Amino acid sequence: MSAPTRNLPVPLDDSAALTELERIWAPRRGFRGWLTSVDHKSIAKRYIVTALIMFLLAGLEAAAMRAQLSRPENTLVGPDMYNQLFSMHGTTMMFLFAVPIMIAVGLYLVPLMVGTRNVAFPRLNACGYWVYLIGAILLYAGFAVNSGPEAGWFAYVPLSGPQYSAGKRTDIWAQMITFTEIAGLIAATQLIVTILKQRAPGMSLNRVPIFVWGMLVTAFMVIFAMPSVAVGSQYLAMDRLISTHFFNPAEGGDALLWQHMFWFFGHPEVYIMFIPGTAIVSALLPAFTRRSVFGYHAVVLSMIATGFIGFGLWVHHMFAAPVPQLGQSLFTAASTMIAIPNGIQIFCWIATIWTGRPIFRTPLLFAIGGIVIFIAGGLTGVMIASIPFDLQVHDTYFIVAHFHYIILGGVVLPLFAGIYYWFPKVTGRLLSETLGKLHFWLMFVGVNVTFFPMHQLGMEGMPRRVYTYLEGTGWGDLNLVATIGAVTIFASVMTFLANVVSAYVRGERAPDNPWDAPTLEWATTSPPAAFNFRNIPVVESGAPLWDHPAELPVVTGLRTDRREVLLTTALDAVPDARHAHPGDSIWPFMLAVAIGIFFITLIFTPWGFVIGTVLSMIAFGIWAWPRGHHDAELLELPRDAAAAGATDRARSEVLR
Amino acid sequence: MLQAPRYAQQSMIDPAGPKAAAVYDFWLFLIVTSAVVFVVVVGALLFGALKRRPRAPERAVPVDAEHRVARIVGGAVAATALILAVFLTLNWKLERAIAAPKQGNVLTVDVIGHQWWWEIQYPDSLNVSNWISTANEVHIPVNRPVRLRMTSRDVIHSFWVPNLSGKKDLVPGRVTETWFQADTPGVYRGQCAEFCGHQHANMALLVIAHRPDEFREWVAAARAPASEPYDSLRQAGKQVFLAGSCSLCHSVSGTPAYGRVGPDLTHVGSRRTIAAGTLPNTRGHMAGWILDPQRIKPGAYMPPNGLEPSQLNALLAYLEGLK
Repeated sequence: MSAPTRNLPVPLDDSAALTELERIWAPRRGFRGWLTSVDHKSIAKRYIVTALIMFLLAGLEAAAMRAQLSRPENTLVGPDMYNQLFSMHGTTMMFLFAVPIMIAVGLYLVPLMVGTRNVAFPRLNACGYWVYLIGAILLYAGFAVNSGPEAGWFAYVPLSGPQYSAGKRTDIWAQMITFTEIAGLIAATQLIVTILKQRAPGMSLNRVPIFVWGMLVTAFMVIFAMPSVAVGSQYLAMDRLISTHFFNPAEGGDALLWQHMFWFFGHPEVYIMFIPGTAIVSALLPAFTRRSVFGYHAVVLSMIATGFIGFGLWVHHMFAAPVPQLGQSLFTAASTMIAIPNGIQIFCWIATIWTGRPIFRTPLLFAIGGIVIFIAGGLTGVMIASIPFDLQVHDTYFIVAHFHYIILGGVVLPLFAGIYYWFPKVTGRLLSETLGKLHFWLMFVGVNVTFFPMHQLGMEGMPRRVYTYLEGTGWGDLNLVATIGAVTIFASVMTFLANVVSAYVRGERAPDNPWDAPTLEWATTSPPAAFNFRNIPVVESGAPLWDHPAELPVVTGLRTDRREVLLTTALDAVPDARHAHPGDSIWPFMLAVAIGIFFITLIFTPWGFVIGTVLSMIAFGIWAWPRGHHDAELLELPRDAAAAGATDRARSEVLR
Repeated sequence: MLQAPRYAQQSMIDPAGPKAAAVYDFWLFLIVTSAVVFVVVVGALLFGALKRRPRAPERAVPVDAEHRVARIVGGAVAATALILAVFLTLNWKLERAIAAPKQGNVLTVDVIGHQWWWEIQYPDSLNVSNWISTANEVHIPVNRPVRLRMTSRDVIHSFWVPNLSGKKDLVPGRVTETWFQADTPGVYRGQCAEFCGHQHANMALLVIAHRPDEFREWVAAARAPASEPYDSLRQAGKQVFLAGSCSLCHSVSGTPAYGRVGPDLTHVGSRRTIAAGTLPNTRGHMAGWILDPQRIKPGAYMPPNGLEPSQLNALLAYLEGLK
């Protein structure tokens, strides 16, 4: 593919101003700089690297489980360790890998895609990462001292309650949930405000890249879904720590309450992982089919519809529980209905590929492979919307097969597609195509060999979460096949790591826009400067770099002697204000530490509440203490010019 | 290597009763429809990706062709909606068909979940002495619907015998119900389907479907008190049972042993398995289980029992005799 070099956006006339811009946005040096940085790109990179480490650890846990299950009546791993392993695997994959990495990809790309310098609340963003990191370390520190969670990632009461889960295992799990929920809510807030208020002039809602739409829907879902489990996990912690009885039927509590609170979060969680996956597919299809995605409006509306319907599915995790049958029917209907918006997206992708000119680079292979796997998972998803059929396969390996097809096809393969696609932008280096294709084929084959036999195992009666099975059940052969598949997946991930390492060591230098892609993140250097764009671009279509291949129109006028971002209106992205932008600070880190002390101390004593509240208030108080300079000064623009109904280009003159 | 007892293969695609058969028929519809949809959609995707294309400018942004494509995509969406409507209709009919047994004369069985075994009771409201209590085996007559009333004494479990019926959870503090019916005599295996702790994997049960006359015989035998030991070895075994720790947790009707923590052992000698479907009920396995249950089911609540060989021998003889 040709890789035209660009000189975009138009450089500042004044090279002194550029030097000043670099100086103003540069993070501090050294370790202190690392702790105080508020650059969305550094923070998102940390998030992504941490989440990938979590992915590897959860993968190793899966490998240990597959080794144990490869033979009937195997004694490699005992029940206590096995229960910790599958609880760690599920918890890590859901709370510490899939959602954080998708949100982190959004935190990296959204400001670049909408053409702004940073996220809306950069210090809060930094704080969110540290809180997430503390949660991840807490969970693995617990596991290292034989205190990993043992009641599953779903931690059903009463099994997770004080009577049946002694020790600190479940307490650590419950507080880890709190940490990840805080981090998730922080990141969601960033994304929503950044997307609605910081888009480049002219990027009206109908020109917003599909990826950004996907992150917006995801962020709203996070805000509505996560409080449910955050409150639920605190109820659980209180039941365990101070003998409340929210979930204790003997004292008027109810075991089913937990299931509702958990799945009201837990099912939307699937779409919180999966909508960014589809958004990645939609983001990279234009570059590799040489056309914009077919049916922009249909795809965007499908994602929004999925976001709404996704909240009406949670009871389908509870079809075997005592829930009124008539009420369950609603959830059958919703679980069926959600196939329609997802079908629309798949059909639009097929139309895009069919009418485009596909270029089979690694990102497109991962995207197509992901779609194929996801279709299989979607079909079994419709099957289990049927209550009678679900009651036969619920909590069996059929379900394990189903959701791994959904998550690998809808989340992991699209994520790898995205990594191959944006790696040159993030690092300035290209990944190897040869290793990339090897990675893809190993993974595609491995996923199917691992998980397809599990459908059969489930129908033959193999329940989930069993540490062993009797030889007489006849499940041994298919389990051995699944384990061989898992080895293949392991090899594919090792290939990926080798690819990343070799790209860092001797990878080909990436130009600014190696794929000739149409969206704004490719309009800056690879890797982007700390301030993202020298000048804020002006957008006149959904594919700005294709419509202005030579140079982008820009707005000028943001000050270079301090950090500033341009605020625009939520619907039409008309310039609205210049906003002074906060600088680096250690206090987000300190607040995260205080929150960490808060919840970790709570595992051991209710005094944690007192200590933690005081420490958090001190940290936040210093962070937010007015310092006399104009951190929050809004610079109003002349309203009449914005209201004059001029063209985008004319509006941008306002800032000159 | 433990040898599993010989069961009917536990599987939902080998139905042995009307409820499971109706779900199986619906499954056939699902699998065929899904296979067709998968082949068509993935076929379109791969054909669209791999078809030969005429040479053209590097970046093709078709405009006029979009309308035709839009109609095809709209048609695909309509077809999806139609298939889903058929699915919902058939599903609704299936739900109605299996919601409750069609005929009367329903046999009621109570199931109580424990970590990690199943307590099975046959209530008789007219005569309490007819009440049957057993464990890990549900004896039923064929061609007669069975209604299960279920609850749990500890954590949530789930009752599932795939050849006969889908799942229903056993929830502490609540009573749940489900029903099934067996068409042919046989032994159908099921196991707990809701994760319930350390030995979730080894919490199985057998449904044993008898011909009606055999079932009446079984009921008569099950209602009888434990058979009195008729030789000195077994009498010694009974003393071991009563004097040792066994009777703290287990009960044997007609004796002072009335522990309610573990399974009722009144007729343990006639059961097919021990340790909730984990081992065949043979003398050797029973000996291994009594001496060291933790080796077989790590985490189980039964403690190891350091018995002298002579005591063990007597106890085994006694338990064998509890037919």
